[in-house]
Amino acid sequence: MPLGLFDATNLKPKSRPPGRLALALGIGPALLVILVFFGGGLWLGALEALGKGPTGAGRLTLEHFSNVLLDPDFLRALALTLHVAGVSSLLACLLALGAALAFHRLGSRARAVAFIFQAPLAAPHLAVAVAIMFLLSPSGLLSRLGVGLGLFESAAGFPLLVNDPWFIGVIVTYVWKEVPFIALMLMAALAGSEEGLDEAAATLKAGPWQRFLHVTWPTIMPALGAAGLIVFAYAFANFETPLLLGPTWPTPLPVMSYRMWSDIDLARRPEGVALALVTGMITAALMGLAWAVFRPRAGAQGDESP
Amino acid sequence: MNRAARLAFYLAVVLAVGLPLFSLGLWSFSARWFFPSPWPSRLGLRAWEYIFSPAGSQVLGALGVSLALAGVTATLSTALGLGAGRALGAWEFRGKRLVVFAFALPLVIPPLAVTLGLHLWFLRLGLAETFLGLAAVHLVFCLPYPVFVFFGVFAGYDPAYEEQAMTLGASRRATLFGVTLRLVGPGLATAFVFSFLLSWSQYLSTLVVGGGKMATLPIALFALMNSGDRPVAAAVCLVFILPAFGCLAVAGRYLSHAPGRRARG
Repeated sequence: MPLGLFDATNLKPKSRPPGRLALALGIGPALLVILVFFGGGLWLGALEALGKGPTGAGRLTLEHFSNVLLDPDFLRALALTLHVAGVSSLLACLLALGAALAFHRLGSRARAVAFIFQAPLAAPHLAVAVAIMFLLSPSGLLSRLGVGLGLFESAAGFPLLVNDPWFIGVIVTYVWKEVPFIALMLMAALAGSEEGLDEAAATLKAGPWQRFLHVTWPTIMPALGAAGLIVFAYAFANFETPLLLGPTWPTPLPVMSYRMWSDIDLARRPEGVALALVTGMITAALMGLAWAVFRPRAGAQGDESP
Repeated sequence: MNRAARLAFYLAVVLAVGLPLFSLGLWSFSARWFFPSPWPSRLGLRAWEYIFSPAGSQVLGALGVSLALAGVTATLSTALGLGAGRALGAWEFRGKRLVVFAFALPLVIPPLAVTLGLHLWFLRLGLAETFLGLAAVHLVFCLPYPVFVFFGVFAGYDPAYEEQAMTLGASRRATLFGVTLRLVGPGLATAFVFSFLLSWSQYLSTLVVGGGKMATLPIALFALMNSGDRPVAAAVCLVFILPAFGCLAVAGRYLSHAPGRRARG
């Protein structure tokens, strides 16, 4: 996200560290936090999911994983999570593409609007979900406006947009939140591109559509693909948005996993952890794919959704 | 783009971004609003007065917890990230790729699996449901951002600038404020603001490790959504969202002055 700060293109020749102690003091504390709390959390989670209790008692078993994966609810939840992540990342990519091209064209004239456009970047997901709830629920602002304008007879005529089986409210939340993130990545790609190419193509009598297809598209495609996959992975793993705006059943994988984990029946707890690990592995694989396919040229590695 | 298309685009952006926020504001200032009237029949400050009254003290308490937690987390995260990022950016050493990979992992693997795994251990350490335990968990998810921000800053940072300033007669103090902080300052601000924002927005990890007992602002907000008092929930949501926008304004100011850009431009 800190666009322009992670810039590996102006690398000067690297020096060796002044000594092992300096290196250890610099990297050590941060690395220790990651290894102990992140690595430790994964390790303990894996042990719990594999049947080892908190004291190390119990034998290793794949039972919890197989229980979770063979649960008919798992496939339903997986399909649902893919639907939500797929539709929201696709819509966000389309809207971001349009917005980025427009802002790139308008340049500094649109600075004030561009600032407003970026506001959703900072908004926490839960806050956005709450705002969307007040806007789209059957007694929300849009429904009231609709009834007030005579578009619907009553609230019952207003379509169900939150806690609905299609997760429309959840998708709207992700799209609202992630469009500026994708657009910023695209604008960075556009700003770094060769200005002359487009002019040269125009001089050679290429039409606007040809220029888009052969000049602009190759410039922004890697950024669009990478940002889209990051948004997909994020929507895949997010918890609080479907918890507030989704129906109570069926739920996406993260909510299902948390419900199992916090079930009154303690035997379900390791299954919840196992499902969380499976969800995590799918997300990590998607992010790995984003990196492998759309590997950015030096410059954009530090860019992540906040 | 002609004038009409431009205005239509501006209007679409402002409406799309503004409508959910406007609806929050309207709810928070509504004193009486019967369905299906499109506008509150009476506007008032009841919700806001409630937040600042003794009856609503849990909201201000949650605000305090959230501010303290995000402040402590962001300070630790920036300090640790500065050390690691500087080493990564300035030096070449064996095993560097592996270290970078370790720092990238929390960006790739979502918090759910890690926090569920940590829970039992934190219970036994006595860290569950404590401020310290929450700060530790938040720190894990914030730390990669400062590390990579400073990685970038120091990859482009040349200590020779400091030497040149001193050769030209600048004092140590002048060099620190005039050269070093000018170059590293935007990175510091960005790293802090990012960490603060991430800790501020954490819901799941706070719910799991805090066990619902450590009421940060998002935990309190979610509870209020179930209580059904919409104006109060809307006001609390605004209290939750406005500091985040403040962070963005600060980050935007510093990012536009980032040294990497000037050096390239």
